[in-house]
Amino acid sequence: MSGALLSCAGLTVDYALETAGLESMGQRAVDDLSFDIAPGEALGLVGESGCGKTTVALAIMRYLGRNGRISAGTISFEGRDLGQLAPRELRQLRGGRIAMVYQDPHSSLNPVMTIGQQLMEVPLLHRTRRRAAARELAVRALSEVELPDPEGMMARYPHQLSGGQQQRAVIAMALIAEPALLIMDEPTTGLDVTVEASVLALVDRLRRRHGTSVLFISHNLGAVGRLCDRVGVLYAGRLVELGPLSQVFANPRHPYTRGLLACVPSLADERRGRLLTPIAGTLTERARQAIGCAFADRCAHAVEGLCTSQPIALEAIEGEPEHVTRCVLAERLPAFAVEGEKGPASEARPAAEPVTEPLLAARGLGKRYALGGGRGALEALRGIDLDLERGGTLAIVGESGSGKSTFARIVIGLTEASEGELSFKGKDIAHLAIGRRRRDLRQRLQMIFQNPDSTLNPSHSVGYALERTIGRLHGIGRTQSRADARRLLQLVQLPADYAERLPEELSGGQRQRVAIARALAAAPDIVVADEPVSALDVSVHAAIANLLKELQARHALSLVFISHDIALVRYMADHVALFYRGRLVEFGPAEAVFAPPYHPYTQMLLASVPDPSTPGQRAAVREAGTAVSQEIGRGCPFAARCPWRIDRLCDRVDPPVLEPSDSHRIACHLDLIDLPRTIERTA
Amino acid sequence: MLRYTARQLAYMALTLIGVSFAVFVLNEYAPGDVARKLLGAYATQEQVEHLTRELGLDRPVLVRYLEYAGRLLSGDLGQSLTFKVPVAEILWDRLSNTFLLAAVAFAVIVPVAILFGVLAGVREGSLGDHLILIGANFISSLPEFATGVFLASIFAVWLGWLPGTSPMTTGGGWSVAAQLVLPVLVIALYDVGYLIAMVRVSMASVMRQPFVRTAVLKGMSRPKVILRHALRNALIAPFTAILLQVNYLVAGVVVVETVFAYPGFGRMMLQAAMAKDIAVVEAGTLVAVLIAMTTQLLGDLAYRLLDPRIRLGR
Amino acid sequence: MTDISDIAPMSTPVPARGTRRLRLSGAGRIGVGIVLFWAAAALLAPILPLPAPNASDLLALADPRPSMAHWLGVDLSGRDILSRIIWGARTVLTVAPIAVAGATVVGALLGLLAGYRGGLLDTVLSRTSDVILSFPVIILYMIILTRFGASALNIVLVITVTKAPIIYRLVRATTLELSQREYVAAAQMRGESSLYIMLVEILPNARGPVVVDVCLRLGYTTIAIGVLGFLGIGLPPPTPDWGGMVRETYGMISLYPHMAIFPCVAISTLVIGFNLLAVGLRRRARA
Ligand code: SF4
Ligand code: SF4
Repeated sequence: MSGALLSCAGLTVDYALETAGLESMGQRAVDDLSFDIAPGEALGLVGESGCGKTTVALAIMRYLGRNGRISAGTISFEGRDLGQLAPRELRQLRGGRIAMVYQDPHSSLNPVMTIGQQLMEVPLLHRTRRRAAARELAVRALSEVELPDPEGMMARYPHQLSGGQQQRAVIAMALIAEPALLIMDEPTTGLDVTVEASVLALVDRLRRRHGTSVLFISHNLGAVGRLCDRVGVLYAGRLVELGPLSQVFANPRHPYTRGLLACVPSLADERRGRLLTPIAGTLTERARQAIGCAFADRCAHAVEGLCTSQPIALEAIEGEPEHVTRCVLAERLPAFAVEGEKGPASEARPAAEPVTEPLLAARGLGKRYALGGGRGALEALRGIDLDLERGGTLAIVGESGSGKSTFARIVIGLTEASEGELSFKGKDIAHLAIGRRRRDLRQRLQMIFQNPDSTLNPSHSVGYALERTIGRLHGIGRTQSRADARRLLQLVQLPADYAERLPEELSGGQRQRVAIARALAAAPDIVVADEPVSALDVSVHAAIANLLKELQARHALSLVFISHDIALVRYMADHVALFYRGRLVEFGPAEAVFAPPYHPYTQMLLASVPDPSTPGQRAAVREAGTAVSQEIGRGCPFAARCPWRIDRLCDRVDPPVLEPSDSHRIACHLDLIDLPRTIERTA
Repeated sequence: MLRYTARQLAYMALTLIGVSFAVFVLNEYAPGDVARKLLGAYATQEQVEHLTRELGLDRPVLVRYLEYAGRLLSGDLGQSLTFKVPVAEILWDRLSNTFLLAAVAFAVIVPVAILFGVLAGVREGSLGDHLILIGANFISSLPEFATGVFLASIFAVWLGWLPGTSPMTTGGGWSVAAQLVLPVLVIALYDVGYLIAMVRVSMASVMRQPFVRTAVLKGMSRPKVILRHALRNALIAPFTAILLQVNYLVAGVVVVETVFAYPGFGRMMLQAAMAKDIAVVEAGTLVAVLIAMTTQLLGDLAYRLLDPRIRLGR
Repeated sequence: MTDISDIAPMSTPVPARGTRRLRLSGAGRIGVGIVLFWAAAALLAPILPLPAPNASDLLALADPRPSMAHWLGVDLSGRDILSRIIWGARTVLTVAPIAVAGATVVGALLGLLAGYRGGLLDTVLSRTSDVILSFPVIILYMIILTRFGASALNIVLVITVTKAPIIYRLVRATTLELSQREYVAAAQMRGESSLYIMLVEILPNARGPVVVDVCLRLGYTTIAIGVLGFLGIGLPPPTPDWGGMVRETYGMISLYPHMAIFPCVAISTLVIGFNLLAVGLRRRARA
């Protein structure tokens, strides 16, 4: 391809790692990587952490730091070899012809300079010497990224913007010099789903308008599907598959690509009720150095010798000449279908369960935090009514700041509610802080936390954490609890001798398994799982989600599953509660919530989910205004973003509760008949 | 902001009252002591008791403290026993000497600290960084009297370039400027290492921030990135520490003043304390605390002004 | 400047148990060496073949400079400087560690309490420590030691009082952060007492920064003890004390600089030793 804008040929990057000792060892981050990007094209690079995708971006920018080095290969841009550029030419390129958008917009912006100052720097470096002209360009760029009040934005500091607005500002900064290539490194990670959708839609519009090429780096196949024309999959620094989006998604030929596609839950109907297929094992240092296939030790199809003894070349797939993959068995693999065994959930539940009293029931539950200095109160939660049945899974869905974690903390007693009641087996526990709860109550309600890095005490062994829990909650002696701890580890599919290990010797997924074991050690009735997988790599999500599902079925647990990932919720839950800014907007059985009629917010959420099984869809999503955590006033919490808003009603009066069907409740001013009935997506 | 300042001022006033009371009690609580001190060891017990009554020292501490506070507020700091002059006189005299020393030292310390701190922090882990770090560590490990001895041995005794004492009179044939060199040098050496380390840490952590990368990848040259983006951020945190050095420079340089026989505030306090010259000790302590708290407040306020995240709130 | 976040999870291979302990960088090792040297000198002082630290050799006064009989010379009273320096190490290395230990225990316990419990207790303790910290320390030393006398006990006490707030602040801040960790919530969920949580769940994880700080404090305390001696409000003579030795001989610097220089070298090396140790420990804590 001679018309390529950017062309990477045999790119190899090594890092020198200084370890605690004196010896330093090298690590290959990117290994013999070749790809092209045509003018106006969007290429996605996908892979899990450690696959080298950020390194690729930084190598193109020639910004690898002191211990990173391009050991082989060339990168050429507009026909020029980037390795041969003089520092001055490199500076003209950076920010001028190639611009970058980063993972964390908050820390990518200088906190002590206004947005305007930071934006104007770019044109002053690349396009004009006149401040007035630069200012004009900056304002124009801000309005192009659809930020409200561009003039006012110029004078603001980054911390005065919401996360989505910050990322828009960074995008404006990148596009201001009209670069030919835009590199985006996980630009939407950490943003709420609906914000992510609107940012992606924006980038898509802008790149088409300006004919900009995009290199989009992400771990999220769905997001890549939204934006890109072609997609490459990286594993251990090597390109394992590359091709047009539709071909790679519909006919993946590399087992790793297949694994990535199969391990994420989907909203699509045909996959419901099936277990997710996790990718076994983890990326190891050995795999990086493998002569043959780096994926061999995790691959279900691996053939000893054939796959491991010689280097494997990227080869085109028959009938799809632009689609290449690095697998010896590529042509012999069966046609791709997301299979998965039938999950326990779909069979275990008898249709007509006798209606019993709910195990956990919230009525009018609310939480207010007093703000310092007599500035009133912050209402984190208001008027929550919901039930959890014995043995059921209740999913609580919401964006950051929706109050879902506050709810979890009230259930466990880490926070006291300020109003309403929460009854557990008929007893109100809403105002009972953990210190005042009796042992049997503490034992019955357990929690799994979000962050695998802090869920276990780094100073204590895994065994100690489990034994101590068993001992304290069941009053059992040491020998017995030792045996129990080992049994629990096996239950969560960890070797029993991990009891001796310290948390730092475990991977994130393994720590999360220990946290699950610790919750189970109490033999609880209810386990509250607060975003249990969101800090883990995608391929680990499936394993943890499956484990939770399986344990729940086996031990008749009731699960409160808190998540922002609606596809995962669809996979896990039988009841769903949607929180928006501290209020419950919809509650009901999963089948009812995920079928029309929808609450306007639910509809927007469903429309925002990037789904790899249906690539190419673009969502129409609005982004919230400025405020991230204002006080919750009267009226519908969703009014600021709702396309159906009825002016002077929705923003003033609390919406009534509609009941489209038994036990399905939607809080909205629209008439039942007017509620949205399709997930509007624009193709 | 205003509210914050008002609160801090009120808090400062409260602390001053507390400190003055504590110092007063510490020095004057035992009633017999004062009279004994005045009369000397050979006075009889009767004489002591008589004087105690006469001076009104047998009345409750609180009453006496209030009287004392009243006198302070009316500007009467009392009479110094050792220096045989009103306390106010000797206090201002010595303070102005110390201020001179402090000002010169400050003017030397700050630029040096910022320069070396930034140089080291910009390239964390480089050879230059290691050298500066080790050097800073080394000089701040030397007690002031040790540096004083070393420098005086070299420059005064061996080379004879500078005076070994700095009485701030021109009688010894040395100019005032020459007399200031060694004291300033000793203070600067002791103090600057700490500040270099402080600036370095801050600079290094700023250089690791993603926004520095953003600036570089905008196409900006490295010196410009450092000046425009990194420096302002990096100086916010050490700013307070730098201001707090005023505190040390005024009240903490007793050692240097003693080494060079410099007639400053610290040495006055030491002499007064050893001679149990209570009036001077009390007044001096209050002045020192006042200076300390003022610099602290100024540091806090400046910090808030420099950082828009605090200035403008979330 | 380097962004290796992309590969960071891989770059921390699982460390073998126990190998991380006692591994210091070069600077740290030099620090250990220096401190051990002085510790050995202090320990061995009674059995080393030295003249008694307070014995005057009046004959040597004729030429007090270093000689075969007195390797580092004698001071103005004819006392052997080497012997006084070695016995002086004993003084410093007893007073400084005790004072720092006192400050650490007091500061750490109060810091844990304030950080974990918060509320009024925290406000009161934090305000008090702020006042002590803003107080010019040296003036405090002067007032207290001239008022109550400069005994070893009083010196330990004033140093404890003035250094404890520093440790307090550090431990409080660390505790505040650590008590938000999820494992603390997990401990609360199994019904652990506050005491258990503070001592078993939080304290072990606050250890790193505290250890580094203790080393720094040891250095500063050594300086402080020297300063007190130099100002004449330290340990009463004739206790061999480095600061005091400088004080007694400083006036003669133009004639016999060695008398003041040797004790200055002694104190400087010890402080450097402590500081290098802190640098080494800090590096290890980061690695
Ligand atoms: S080459 Fe072999 S081991 Fe590698 S992905 Fe293909 S089948 Fe699996
Ligand atoms: S109440 Fe109004 S604003 Fe709220 S979801 Fe319904 S239509 Fe939209």
